[in-house]
Amino acid sequence: MSPRFAPGAAVRVARERPAVSRGRQHIRTPHYVRGLTGTVAEVVGPFRNPEGLAAGEDGLPMQVLYRVRFPLGAVWDRYGGDPSDTVDVELYEHWLEPAHAA
Amino acid sequence: MPHDSPHPDEHDHAPDDPSFASRPAIGARALRELLEEAGVLAPGEVARQVERMDTITPALGARVIARAWVDPAFKAWLLADGSAAVRTFGVDMGATPLHVVENTETVHNMIVCTLCSCYPKPLLGIPPDWYKSVEYRARAVREPRAVLAEFGVRLPEGVAVRVHDSTADLRYLVLPRRPEGTEGWDEARLAQIVSRDCMIGTALPHA
Repeated sequence: MSPRFAPGAAVRVARERPAVSRGRQHIRTPHYVRGLTGTVAEVVGPFRNPEGLAAGEDGLPMQVLYRVRFPLGAVWDRYGGDPSDTVDVELYEHWLEPAHAA
Repeated sequence: MPHDSPHPDEHDHAPDDPSFASRPAIGARALRELLEEAGVLAPGEVARQVERMDTITPALGARVIARAWVDPAFKAWLLADGSAAVRTFGVDMGATPLHVVENTETVHNMIVCTLCSCYPKPLLGIPPDWYKSVEYRARAVREPRAVLAEFGVRLPEGVAVRVHDSTADLRYLVLPRRPEGTEGWDEARLAQIVSRDCMIGTALPHA
């Protein structure tokens, strides 16, 4: 399977659960980045979807996993650190959509 | 003060090890017995895994870091394919690839798992309790510099903090910078200054 996003691409994390994830109990997308725009730092590759694996299923279709970078100043109001500080979060492709502004 | 207890008879009923009779412990034991009955687990399998895990300590990770400090080719391999590189130390990362992040003059890396407590156990062993605490997990992404300061880490001007939230399939290891004053040290001596926290990113090695 070919990744939808390349390193450097601006991506937005879904605010609501994507269709694939509805009714799931084992969501790996942290709430603090939902709805936010980040930059693809690395395309890790395809993995079985843990949302299905946790329910005893085969986790297929596989989902491409990315490491997506967010400036902490954009994640938190009144972030007290340095503007250069960032967080990298592992996110699966079905939670991401293209964004135009990083 | 054994004679101060107002209810000395209670000791007759207290188990030797209270944790052994706790609700989670009883639940875990019941689950293990059911899985053994169903043939999912072999008898003793859990105990053997626990024993095996207890033999792994951060000293193993420290040897990997020391090798990377003295051997540029190994360092490049470790950064490109962590799981393959640590296999030369007998470490099997299993289904969770090892992702090594390098501290530089301008970037300091720090690892957390905000969702649970993901940690490179095959390389570092069991994580410290604070790594699993709600406080560390919440604050590492919210105010990493304040957390670092509490660990005694003050970064020079111009160094960005790069937090890695270990939310899914990767496990992370920080490759610290080799400190000044260690020129000519051999691998064994270098490994001595690489603590567990250096490899989580909440400490810096010192000569």
